[in-house]
Amino acid sequence: MIELHNVHKQFDQRTVLHGVTLELQPHEVVCLLGTSGSGKSTLLRCINLLDRIDQGDIIFQGQSLLDDRIDVDLVRRHIGIVFQAFNLFPHLNVLDNITLGPQRALGRPKHEVESEARELLGRIGLGTRSGDYPDQLSGGQQQRVAIARALAMQPDVLLLDEVTSALDPTLVGEVLDLLSDLALQGTTMLIATHEMQFARDVAHRVALLDAGRLVEVAPAQQFFDSPSQPETVDFLSRVPKTQ
Amino acid sequence: MAPGGRAVREFFLSPTHAWRAFIGDPSEGLSAIWEGFLTNIWMFIVCEVLVLIFGLAIAVVRMSSSPILTPLRFLSTVYTDFFRGIPVILVLFAVGYGVPGMDLGWISQQSPTVYACISLTITYSAYVAEVYRAGINSVATNQLVAARAIGLRQGATMRYVVLPQAVRNVIPPLLNDFISLQKDTALVSTLGIVDATQAAHIYGSLNFNFAGYTVASLLFLLLTIPMTRLTDRLINRDRVKRLAFIS
Ligand SMILES: Nc1ncnc2c1ncn2[C@@H]1O[C@H](COP(=O)(O)OP(=O)(O)OP(=O)(O)O)[C@@H](O)[C@H]1O
Ligand SMILES: [Mg+2]
Repeated sequence: MIELHNVHKQFDQRTVLHGVTLELQPHEVVCLLGTSGSGKSTLLRCINLLDRIDQGDIIFQGQSLLDDRIDVDLVRRHIGIVFQAFNLFPHLNVLDNITLGPQRALGRPKHEVESEARELLGRIGLGTRSGDYPDQLSGGQQQRVAIARALAMQPDVLLLDEVTSALDPTLVGEVLDLLSDLALQGTTMLIATHEMQFARDVAHRVALLDAGRLVEVAPAQQFFDSPSQPETVDFLSRVPKTQ
Repeated sequence: MAPGGRAVREFFLSPTHAWRAFIGDPSEGLSAIWEGFLTNIWMFIVCEVLVLIFGLAIAVVRMSSSPILTPLRFLSTVYTDFFRGIPVILVLFAVGYGVPGMDLGWISQQSPTVYACISLTITYSAYVAEVYRAGINSVATNQLVAARAIGLRQGATMRYVVLPQAVRNVIPPLLNDFISLQKDTALVSTLGIVDATQAAHIYGSLNFNFAGYTVASLLFLLLTIPMTRLTDRLINRDRVKRLAFIS
């Protein structure tokens, strides 16, 4: 579905991604771990073409995204991204937040996208809140709406950037539960997260970014129980044990 | 009471004069101030609508990144710099006396009212374009990113995400500019248009009494004070909201 080949990214003179190579299969869930500043957000933003990579290649459905003839807006409609800070549109109610993309980017008819949006809202447990504005929702609810907004575009793959980091600990669960459901339904996802237990439970594979290098990519259980790289061992030893 | 106080009362506050100035007296060639004031009001309304439209157009052009619009972008920058820096009254003179004197066919044959409206619109569009621009800039970049992330194109992002939020942010400063515009409609009297100011002036010079000025001032206050209060309320409301957000 998505292949990253030797991706390099620099900001000014500083290299933030040092040759990242990773492949994401359809229906696969990969969790991306790494300390703060290791480059997780940058990697996700590069895949969604919000940042331009300096070297290497990103192949999406057999096509290089670096090709100049690529329509960037079109690509973004197939690759959803959800941010740590939700970034909902504050002037639109929940329903309009979700339907804006399908209606104005995909040009689909209003009645159709609205009924889909209502169904989505039901699925994320916010069926009764469609008329509310973002500032009337809790952080967890806002983040679920942000996920629904991305899903409404029916993307082929969903990128999630620490979507629970800005949340009150009591609200983290509801968002992770939603992601687990999506994983069970076969949504292809690349998830940057600090939630170890979640990664272990939900991810098919787990990857560790260390200072811009992808040091280990392994099936979830293997990653946590018998990591092969010293950086992984070090990283796992420094995070508090969940459970 | 000091002798000056008596004079002030007589010259500025005499109820008889005030009333006569207010309702006018056609037999003596006195225009009614209230009628003049209607001119101020409708000029203000017409100009306000035009200013909202032109100001927005100028701001959007100035902030566009499309290369085709580069010449227009340059023009709009020059335009706003130029007209924000020139006193309104000079623009009024230039347009109101200059254009009719230039022998440009129908363009030179409009009424002073038309030239007055054009002058005010030209000047205030420059102010309001800057207000809009600040509003557009005030929309957080994460909103742009979120819009692009769902594949909205630049135009759609502007129209459905940026402008609705920008307009909300600029309502208080816009109202401020409109209060100025309301007052500046008084300047059209320099083109011989009989607005409230001019009617008061005529009354004053023929009767050697200035109660008409007081009447005209009161009428302007009647218009601007509610607007000032509304602006304050909106500013306060936004401030409360922001504070609530911070805590
Ligand atoms: N726009 C930018 N300009 C300059 N440097 C940047 C920019 N964005 C990110 N960086 C730098 O790139 C590095 C990686 O940042 P990134 O946000 O990708 O890390 P992260 O792994 O997502 O961290 P966190 O867990 O804190 O979100 C950091 O050192 C950061 O300072
Ligand atoms: Mg990050």
